[in-house]
Amino acid sequence: MKIAVCVKRVPDMDVRFRIGADNVSVDQAGLKFDINDFDAWAVEAALQLKDKNAGSEVTVISLGPDVVQETIRKALSMGADRGIHIKADKVPFDGLAIAKALSAELKTGGYDLILFGKMSPDSSNGVVGPMAAELLGLPCVTAISSLEIANGKGTAKRELEGAQEIVEFPLPAVLTVDEGLNAARLPSLKGIMAAKKKPLEVKPAALTEPQVTVRKLELPAERKAGRIVGEGAAAVPELVRLLQTEAKVL
Amino acid sequence: MANVFAFVETRGTDVRKVGLEAVTAARMLADKSGGGEVHALLLGPSGIAAKAPQIGQYGADVVIVVEHAGLANYSPEVATATAADRMKSGGYRAAIFSTSAQGRDLAPRVAARLGVSIVTDVLSFEIDGDSIVVRHPMNIGKVIATIAIAAKPAVLAMRPNVIAPAQNAKAGRVENAQPAIDPASARVKVIETRQGGGGKLDLAEAPVVIAGGRGLKAAENFKLVEDLAAAFGNAAVGATRAVTDDGWRPHSDQIGQTGRLVSPQLYIAVGISGAVQHLAGMRTSNTIVAVNKDKDAPIFKVADYGIVGDVFEVIPALTEAVREAKKHH
Repeated sequence: MKIAVCVKRVPDMDVRFRIGADNVSVDQAGLKFDINDFDAWAVEAALQLKDKNAGSEVTVISLGPDVVQETIRKALSMGADRGIHIKADKVPFDGLAIAKALSAELKTGGYDLILFGKMSPDSSNGVVGPMAAELLGLPCVTAISSLEIANGKGTAKRELEGAQEIVEFPLPAVLTVDEGLNAARLPSLKGIMAAKKKPLEVKPAALTEPQVTVRKLELPAERKAGRIVGEGAAAVPELVRLLQTEAKVL
Repeated sequence: MANVFAFVETRGTDVRKVGLEAVTAARMLADKSGGGEVHALLLGPSGIAAKAPQIGQYGADVVIVVEHAGLANYSPEVATATAADRMKSGGYRAAIFSTSAQGRDLAPRVAARLGVSIVTDVLSFEIDGDSIVVRHPMNIGKVIATIAIAAKPAVLAMRPNVIAPAQNAKAGRVENAQPAIDPASARVKVIETRQGGGGKLDLAEAPVVIAGGRGLKAAENFKLVEDLAAAFGNAAVGATRAVTDDGWRPHSDQIGQTGRLVSPQLYIAVGISGAVQHLAGMRTSNTIVAVNKDKDAPIFKVADYGIVGDVFEVIPALTEAVREAKKHH
């Protein structure tokens, strides 16, 4: 199988963000970056398929400035075979522009399967995978939490609100990966060494004019400080009174 | 003055609450633009047509009804083709979808087919000259972006629960239509929709969410949370990442994961300390109640009302009190 995985370099979310001086970007100082979790699970899914299907090849693709090569190398160190860096000064917010630039590359690859994470936590828009599928004219299943592939056909599970969908699709196809599909392997020392020698092509991104632009970023308003109603079960009547008379939610 | 398209999300022959929210949002946007029409697409299996009058009640001037026996389950390709065809021919200023599991799947495909971009998880919108300007959470809700959409139509997927469905009766003229492609010809097929996993109500839609964390100590103790949810009658059960990672609850119950944000009227955190990821997923709830034995738990910093105490004592007492309160209503 020929499998492509599109990955994004994202900041660690476990910090207090600051808004940059331009007011439209997050201050990068002090942030730690790594591969988006959802994308790491997509890489893992590709590697598991490669393990099962001899002769498979996994290509990792990332759009962005030169630093995204670190993210590609991380996926190569997990076991992917080659990388393609679609070079752009920065990653725009516009998901259509990203999907167009990626599909221009993806359509030349003859891939049986194209994987994306279902979203990235930084832009939190979650549209690039299904938009790329549409531009490529390929079948697409989003936010999968299980995957079986046999005889050119796939079956996947999607988590809905309070329900699950079981979905069948033919190959080639585009899939986006949700949490719960797998646990991403850690790169081994051997993998890290091997990754340094794996091919990594660099190509310019063809980014179209954005149709959506960030005008302003701000930090959300802090919640008003709450209060401790009391201790133990004895505080329940007072809580119920407040929910009825003050919050008016009961 | 411009017409606005709305996609009414359904499951089987049920209209989902987010579907009514989309119609309400489309009505607001049409009215803000000087009074255009709202055209709502209602797509589903035999029997869905009976829901058309309800869509008119919530502000649709036109309800495009696409009823087909092959649509018992969601069909991404049929929904995409049917919505995109209608949007191409309708000359709409904007199109409103939902940021639900289905909307996240559908809306980007429709936008791509029209060659326009999209913003999902929209918190609010306004018209600013030629642009529609929206607010959208980034970095798991820790940053709020104001984004201008120049594309026409502007495609917006609303975050669930930010706009309450509001009755605003319009004509709701029914136009019957066929699916743009035969459901049998779709390449991607949902062969089964399994109900279950989580409470009886959808997390994204429930007006009340009761969430449990590690403080419950074992999977079977989620019964306490379920009992409290049952006492409310309109509550869904959620869980923290720690708990779903341990397999106490399915991943679909998890709140605070990227993309699974909830904003109910009332959020009750049971035995949840308040990890950053979790707080980001529920901080926009209207009223937050926390019960935890550790008075220094971060959850108390965002809670409107806190009780410091043992969840095994407090929650049964609260369940009983809520049952009593509901009786007198």
